[in-house]
Amino acid sequence: MSIRDIHWFRFASPPNFYHLAGRLWPYFAALAAVLTLVGLWIGFFVAPIDAQQGQGYRIIFVHVPTSQMSMLIYLVMAGWAAWGLAFNTRLSGMMAAALAPTGALFAFLSLVTGSLWGKPMWGTWWVWDARLTSELILFFLYLGFMALQASIDDPRRADKACAILAVVGAVNVPIIYFSVYWWNTLHQGASVTLKGASMATPMLVGMLIMVLAFWMYAIAVALLRVRTIILDRERHTEWVKHAME
Amino acid sequence: MQWNSLSDFLNMGGYALYVWGSFGATAVCMAAELWLLRVRRLAVEAQLRNDRGISSQNRQEAA
Amino acid sequence: MSANLSSMDTIEVMRAIVRREVAMAMRQKGEVLTPLMFFAVVSSLFPLAVGSDSALLLRMAPGVIWVGALLAAMLSLARMFASDHADGSLEQMALSPTPLGLTALAKALAHFLVSGLPLVLIAPILGLQYGLDARGLGILMLTLLLGAPTLSLIGAIGAALTLGVRGAGVLLSLLVLPLYIPVLIFGAGAVEADAAGLGISAHFSLLAAMLALAGFFAPLATSAALRISVE
Repeated sequence: MSIRDIHWFRFASPPNFYHLAGRLWPYFAALAAVLTLVGLWIGFFVAPIDAQQGQGYRIIFVHVPTSQMSMLIYLVMAGWAAWGLAFNTRLSGMMAAALAPTGALFAFLSLVTGSLWGKPMWGTWWVWDARLTSELILFFLYLGFMALQASIDDPRRADKACAILAVVGAVNVPIIYFSVYWWNTLHQGASVTLKGASMATPMLVGMLIMVLAFWMYAIAVALLRVRTIILDRERHTEWVKHAME
Repeated sequence: MQWNSLSDFLNMGGYALYVWGSFGATAVCMAAELWLLRVRRLAVEAQLRNDRGISSQNRQEAA
Repeated sequence: MSANLSSMDTIEVMRAIVRREVAMAMRQKGEVLTPLMFFAVVSSLFPLAVGSDSALLLRMAPGVIWVGALLAAMLSLARMFASDHADGSLEQMALSPTPLGLTALAKALAHFLVSGLPLVLIAPILGLQYGLDARGLGILMLTLLLGAPTLSLIGAIGAALTLGVRGAGVLLSLLVLPLYIPVLIFGAGAVEADAAGLGISAHFSLLAAMLALAGFFAPLATSAALRISVE
């Protein structure tokens, strides 16, 4: 059966997607595990010591992936939200809800690892640099999304309300980032970066592999979570009753 | 290999707290996420089994 | 009103909505005055907390007053749609020929007139407490004047999203405050930049741009959120 023969929209139905996700998540989990091992190996055993930051710079192998993924996940969440608003599909809202906790977790980890990076380099546990501050605001946006979801009882209404919030947030993220960046350049502060002309290739490769690893992890977790959400939401249907036998 | 010994590796050039703290926090958070996911899944399954039990009870009583 | 709403011009409808909101607010002056008093109290808390060093207070002034204004504006947001939602007039507005977006725009404008404008007017008094000079006070007022409508517009989105929801008040704050941050940065930043001798045209241009963007997009998001709440 070629790609053209697959009716992709059949996966918009919750039971079909439930089974598809059930078949797919192990592959993403395996990819995540393999990529993590490779990335960590490169990060600890191939990448050399940094001239200025010594061994401490190795935090980038978790800091950068968590930052990148927290931002990517928010965009994907907003994308699903927009799709759900446009086409009124139930599954889109469920996917957005499945992604949010992982995105929030990554945003939180980005702040924690950024803080742990800043302390030895700049002497303080928190640096008001543009990227960390934007990350903090992104974390608040995630919390708002999850709080709104939790406080509306009707799942459909919650999905739609959160969808609007996610789209409004996504539109605002560039504005917020620009404002914070501008604010930061005015109040010249320390910056959580790797200084120096260019990063050594092993460092860059290790970092990219870790980003991919976290990406695969996020997809696997989202697929798992959406399965639970589907079961919960569709509990009154026949197929759920059969699936539980 | 650039590490002379295991203790060198664990020490991370003096940055042990920060580097291992970061990796440790990441590992712990991911493990927690997976565990919470499992807890949530089990709760939903238990609820569904409960619902099925109640509805088959109702059907028996109605019959 | 004897006039049939559908026979009225859209602008007249919007004007009617604004008049109605202002009239209702005047009837419940307490609800309007309480955020203002909150604003004044909060502004007094900071000197008590950090000490009366005048140089420090002068530096803090734009930020503290802006944050206080932001919080006070937020306190009155929940009211925007709540009473209409409770008595069913929100559904009527959704069904009327007037686009719901324009209704939302009128409501946000009314909110600015009733809640934002008084904040702009008492800000100078609070600024004096912090030792701001006349020029600083003037710029502060202008930034608030330009920023407060944006706060009302963005706040309307949050108010619409949290209609009838548990814990709406605090949830509204959590949703809306991150979105307020750009306005805060440039509003408070303008006073500080001017004090440092830097140009402030960029700040005002950006505040105006944000107002224009909010004026266009916020009513769309608000009306979408309102439709979700009434269906």
